[in-house]
Amino acid sequence: MNIDGITQGIVLDHIAAGRSMEIYHLLHLDQLDCCVAIIKNVRSSKMGRKDIIKIDQNIEINLDVLGYIDPNITVNVIENGTLVGKKKLTLPTSLTNVISCSNPRCITTTEQECDQIFHLADPETGLYRCAYCDTAYKGHKKS
Amino acid sequence: MRHLIDINDFTTEEIEQLLVQAEDIIANRAAYSQVCRGKKLATLFFEPSTRTRLSFEAAMYELGGNVLGFSEAQSSSASKGESVSDTVRVVGCYADIIAMRHPKEGAPLLASKCSPVPIINAGDGGHCHPTQTLTDLLTIRREMGRLSDLTVGICGDLKFGRTVHSLISALKVYSSIKLRLIAPEELRLPGYIRKDVVERNGMEYAETDRLEDVMPELDVLYMTRVQRERFFNEEDYIRLKDSFILDRKKMKLLPEKAIVMHPLPRVNEISVKVDEDPRASYFRQVENGKFVRMALIMKLLEVQK
Repeated sequence: MNIDGITQGIVLDHIAAGRSMEIYHLLHLDQLDCCVAIIKNVRSSKMGRKDIIKIDQNIEINLDVLGYIDPNITVNVIENGTLVGKKKLTLPTSLTNVISCSNPRCITTTEQECDQIFHLADPETGLYRCAYCDTAYKGHKKS
Repeated sequence: MRHLIDINDFTTEEIEQLLVQAEDIIANRAAYSQVCRGKKLATLFFEPSTRTRLSFEAAMYELGGNVLGFSEAQSSSASKGESVSDTVRVVGCYADIIAMRHPKEGAPLLASKCSPVPIINAGDGGHCHPTQTLTDLLTIRREMGRLSDLTVGICGDLKFGRTVHSLISALKVYSSIKLRLIAPEELRLPGYIRKDVVERNGMEYAETDRLEDVMPELDVLYMTRVQRERFFNEEDYIRLKDSFILDRKKMKLLPEKAIVMHPLPRVNEISVKVDEDPRASYFRQVENGKFVRMALIMKLLEVQK
């Protein structure tokens, strides 16, 4: 299967196979009106299988979200058909409104429009804790 | 503007200054009787807690200030569905400082993000209770004369006890602290606190389910309540409950210069007969709570003697 290269935009490469839709939603790519290609299960010599997302427009990407999902994802910036830059990802020290606290006793479950804030508690394991109640987020395991 | 939400919001030096200030208040009470004249403390207690609320109120009155507030959510606008953020914005127009207790964990942190006046966390669910920790530190300092080089036994519910977690977190910065963690297997210290606080800070510790075994080596015995409902079955509770009750017979095992602390309220985990023992410091601990809260109010209001 062939997907055309882009002349202006962003290519998210080396996404762990199967996680592209999660990134698509977390980055709100569904709200863009440009072309967005999600390519799943691409053969990769390094990863075996991987996903790729191509965005046909240079947009501001929330690098914190990507870093949280997987800091090994490659962010390639394309201009005039050539690669002009790669953005390095790291595990963000905090996340706002990316993940939600599951503790029913946490204030975020009752306070209206309360930001969901998490802090990186352990960089080695990628463990995040709710800023309000310190509950560990267990919904995501670092790849 | 500073708040106290978690004991770790203050540096070791700041905590030391607070304890020194509290000791000065104890020694010179008259000198502090008007330092908060014209200032108002709002006690926003969204769940009942007689002793903590009265301690804050007594502290503010002893500083010459005034107190307003409510003692349960039903008598506040929270019962009409008002958010925590709106409540503190409104109360911040009336008071100079707020002490808040709330059943939801993190409510005081949320309040501090939008409050025009300093917020003191007076307990948020099972999460934090930093003024209890300050009380405990002041008590150990006054009774033992130091906060380092101590063997501290913590007995009872170490899994759900927020005062225990905060105390361990506060003690991690002092040198040569040895912890003896005395609890039934079901109520042992959570793994993340053992790993992130105790082990990461190189604190020497040992776990046991027999109080008698460690009592002879303790400088401080910190008792907490073991609740029947925390056990998975009645058999285990019956088997273990006596091991966590301190009576006169067990007190014979405790060194003469050691002290017994308890955040109170107690139920039956310390026999009332132990109260007569000079090593029982839990009622002195209550009074220390008022003095350290006086020092805290002064610090956050930035008032001097």
